[in-house]
Amino acid sequence: MEVKTITPPIVQLEGVAKSYGGAVALARLDLDVRAGEFFTLLGPSGSGKTTTLRLIAGFERPDTGRILLDGADVARLPPFDRNVNTVFQDYALFPHLTLVENVAYGLRAKKMPKAQAEAEAEKALEAVKLGAYGGRKPAQLSGGQRQRVALARAMVNKPRVLLLDEPLGALDLKLRHQMQAELKRLQHETGITFIYVTHDQDEALSMSDRIAVFSEGRIEQVGTPFDLYERPATEFVADFVGTSNILGHALLRPEKVRLQPLDAPVPEGANAKPGIVRESIYLGAVTRYQVVLDDGALLAVMETNSVPLGNRLRLNAGDQVLAVWPKAAAVNIGN
Amino acid sequence: MRSETFIWAAVVAIFGFLFIPIAIILLYAFSAAPIPAWPIAGFTLHWFPDTWHDEQVREALLLSIEVAALATVMAILFGALAALAVVKMRSASREVVSFVAVLPIALPGILTGMALASYFATWGVNLSYWTIVAGHATFCTVIVYNNVVARLRRMPRSLTEASADLGADAFRTFRLVQLPMMASAIGAGALLAFALSFDEVIVTTFTAGAQNTLPLWIFGAIRLGQALPEVNVVVFAIIVFTAVPVLLAQKLIGEAGKMAR
Repeated sequence: MEVKTITPPIVQLEGVAKSYGGAVALARLDLDVRAGEFFTLLGPSGSGKTTTLRLIAGFERPDTGRILLDGADVARLPPFDRNVNTVFQDYALFPHLTLVENVAYGLRAKKMPKAQAEAEAEKALEAVKLGAYGGRKPAQLSGGQRQRVALARAMVNKPRVLLLDEPLGALDLKLRHQMQAELKRLQHETGITFIYVTHDQDEALSMSDRIAVFSEGRIEQVGTPFDLYERPATEFVADFVGTSNILGHALLRPEKVRLQPLDAPVPEGANAKPGIVRESIYLGAVTRYQVVLDDGALLAVMETNSVPLGNRLRLNAGDQVLAVWPKAAAVNIGN
Repeated sequence: MRSETFIWAAVVAIFGFLFIPIAIILLYAFSAAPIPAWPIAGFTLHWFPDTWHDEQVREALLLSIEVAALATVMAILFGALAALAVVKMRSASREVVSFVAVLPIALPGILTGMALASYFATWGVNLSYWTIVAGHATFCTVIVYNNVVARLRRMPRSLTEASADLGADAFRTFRLVQLPMMASAIGAGALLAFALSFDEVIVTTFTAGAQNTLPLWIFGAIRLGQALPEVNVVVFAIIVFTAVPVLLAQKLIGEAGKMAR
């Protein structure tokens, strides 16, 4: 059930469509983003999520429809007349300017005196732990450092909405996890609304208040990470978010299935199907199995390795097992 | 290695073919004999002051420098603006416009020269200093255009978008982002354009009135078989005037390449 918010959404897209030549990038999109949200646009490449972000930033104009920012239609305004800022995928730092000049750029464009703008820029660089680097040029920084400068350069302007276009895509895994936490912290501290584009579902689930899942220029579902994972509206969402077993029209997530010996008792109200383990992959905290059920269906199963060593039967490829899951664990897609 | 020896022999032969004639002319500039002859009988430096004090040579030199400078200024203006416009165009019209833009340098000089001469004649424009400048500006513009277009194409679109995103209008973006990033490409293009204009003969022949640029003066002197030692000195000077800008331009392009990424 949808809870009606009293404050109007900070960003509203109404019937927004966009084509390039004959190719439809977005087909009549409707979207509301609430003030203070961490909102993610998730989807595979070419699904329209980046086009949506660029429309909100003003780099593209919609063919039809309205884009409301704080209730006012900005669809025809150029980027420099919109109170939003963007963190670009390639960071887009100005190579001929120092970090302080880069970060002060937006403040200077809004006619802030030079000394004040540079003082603010220094502060913003300190906030992303680059206070000592203000005099350097972007070429002298690592990828992670450039990423933080791009963030400081956008956030120093205190935009109503911060748009982030796959900002962590170029970073290695460890740095990416650090920056995810850092972004969440910054968003929490500043209260700025974030609209975040990614194709990485783990990233989307771990960071977002709400997520819009895109496919082929349409939104498949908008919801919390919990909604998308536990109650996917379409088969596409079920498949794109997490690993899924589709049984008829029902979704069964791998971690909701237990594997037990054939002769062990089946709990009340559970489904049980015999099968043979085809593959067993030990991943440290969990073990992933592929089980071929006797009816021919392939079932992905994930078991946590929570049982103390030695107490547990280890399953290997070829073992006969009983796959057991509570009846309620298989949910109908679209309910 | 045999193949390596062969390659080096080929390199030496080709460079010899290209540069030995030039080296000989440079050597003749120091020859004491009034008519170039081999072997060189004796050496002197007195052709240098003689040439310097030749009123005709000085006038020609001055004209060449002025024409090259003015043509370069026009080339910077037209070439850089054309490049900015072409980069913004959609792909189909961009192909057409960029083809037309580089035509002046693809066309034979004699065609450009004849066309300009008949154009000036049709409109009753007297051939003068300014018609030479206009003629040179045609191919100089292409040089600057090519350099700047190459730079702008390598510049990610996100840079101008980021500038607009941060509140800068088109003019401010041009002044603070595009122009500084284009500067070294414009500089390199301008140096090459200057060098090209300085030793241009064919278009100049058709667009000059009574004026003599330095290359035209050489052309005349050789045809008449006059002042041959001075010709050698002038060639010496032209090599310096054209080689230095070209080398500087290469250095500029190289450094900008390093900075871009």
